[in-house]
Amino acid sequence: MNFEPVIGLEVHVELKTESKVFSPSPNFFGAEPNANTNVGDLGYPGTLPVLNKRAVEFAMKAAMALNCEIASETTFDRKHYFYPDNPRAYQISQDEKPLARNGWVEIEVNGKKKRIRIHHIHLEEDAGKLDHSNPGYSLVDFNRQGTPLIEIVSEPDIRSAEEAHAYLEKLKSIIQYTGVSDVRMEEGSLRCDANVSLRPIGQEEFGTKTELKNLNSFNFVRRAIDYEIKRQEKVLLSGGVIRQETRRYDENTGETILMRVKEGSEDYFYFPEPDLVRLYIDEEWKEEVRKTIPELPDARKKRYIEELGLPEYDASVLTVTKEMSDFFEATIEAGADPKQASNWLMGEVSGYLNAEQKELHEIKLTPENLAGMIKLIDNGTLSSKMAKKVFKELVEKGGDPEEIVKEKGLVQISDEETLLKYVREALENNPKSVEDYKNGKDRALGHLVGQVMKATRGKANPPLVNKLLLQEIEKM
Amino acid sequence: MSSISKEQVKQAAHNARIAISDEEAEKYAAELEQIIQFTEQLNELDTENIEPTTHVIDRTNVMREDVAKKGLPREEVLKNAPEHENGQFKVPSILE
Repeated sequence: MNFEPVIGLEVHVELKTESKVFSPSPNFFGAEPNANTNVGDLGYPGTLPVLNKRAVEFAMKAAMALNCEIASETTFDRKHYFYPDNPRAYQISQDEKPLARNGWVEIEVNGKKKRIRIHHIHLEEDAGKLDHSNPGYSLVDFNRQGTPLIEIVSEPDIRSAEEAHAYLEKLKSIIQYTGVSDVRMEEGSLRCDANVSLRPIGQEEFGTKTELKNLNSFNFVRRAIDYEIKRQEKVLLSGGVIRQETRRYDENTGETILMRVKEGSEDYFYFPEPDLVRLYIDEEWKEEVRKTIPELPDARKKRYIEELGLPEYDASVLTVTKEMSDFFEATIEAGADPKQASNWLMGEVSGYLNAEQKELHEIKLTPENLAGMIKLIDNGTLSSKMAKKVFKELVEKGGDPEEIVKEKGLVQISDEETLLKYVREALENNPKSVEDYKNGKDRALGHLVGQVMKATRGKANPPLVNKLLLQEIEKM
Repeated sequence: MSSISKEQVKQAAHNARIAISDEEAEKYAAELEQIIQFTEQLNELDTENIEPTTHVIDRTNVMREDVAKKGLPREEVLKNAPEHENGQFKVPSILE
């Protein structure tokens, strides 16, 4: 029997507000333990939550960018559970009337476009952080308690680990463009749980699902889902049944491990949060927020293809992060040819960033000096080989490319008179290569070009050397 | 007419992590029974076209501006903690 995986993702995204969602404590990553807390976050009796307006607007902004309908009336509910990460023993969340519903994102896997629908997005508070590294006890840091969080719940539209990966990439990219979150999985500002089930191909009804946790990178999400699909398939094919359970992904073994079996749906005793009044969102407010959404990655991609003539691949790669896309636009604004700028950004620049594990704003390269360097290549001053030297300088130290070229004596020799001298010398010293070339060995010409490049310490203009060599051999 | 059993009281107490004795459970079962009977009078009203009331105050859209205020000093934060270590609350191990 062949099975079809049915996958839904629950994605939590922390919002980058100044203060927490229901208290005025500071909201930033990396503070000393418990330094960003007050009586409200610590759950002291008598404290009251007051909703942060910007948190609502950020949630609306993300939801709109993800094509959701924003509720006209939304309410908060208490979700009860006992765990030391939450001192009040309930989380303020949204159950009955979430902030947004019915969104979607478009993904592309193996050249096939597909829409993944979003069931709803709700606003809630994050919990504190537990440190389990000591035997016999745990330590609690409540800095994260109260951080505004949106939970994005997809419809079970995802059919493979690749689609799950593409969906996450797309969510991350779009939310990052809106600027409401850092969406950094390594800092926990983006987190993901996956619901996975199988059903025989052709069957409408869903199978029993398991929930996967501890998916701390996009690759782990992919691997955990792949593993879980195979595991469930094995169980089903051997006549077993899938239990509704929560499983955690083990990064070391690449397996999913049983955490707990769920019996029925967990009862959180949801009820309306009496300390927060109803929230109405009128059209005017929605419009105000909508205006703050910048051009999103798909729109930019389309523009790069249609207006700048970039290949679809380039346009996709350049628009994944807003930082790269903004840098690209500033580079062509500064006068660089779009395709050249794209080549450099996707090639040398991305290579450098990956190797050094850095981001664009952390290096010395600017759109202006990159454009300057590209112009020097265009007008023949720099060969692409020399440009790599200039590039290294620009990335590490910054500066004016023209100055660097002068300082390092990197100007390309494009003067025919000068080059002819080297060309004739190379021909005289390598009669064997000339002979070989005449006998049809094209590779021999490459050797001759190499000799000229060597004699000029790489400064000769290679296409010109090529042309002059052919011209001189012709005369022999 | 509802009837609250001792077991239901014990379940409710467990859900709220409150330890109660058998005698207490019996006592609360009787009391809860009375309370529920009293509130059941509400069922006599016709509430067909009435929205559920979740809040009794008339205000809506109460929000504050997003301005951060420094957290409490850490001595204050940890003052009532039975145990703490390295600026963090120390709790019994709960890893499953």
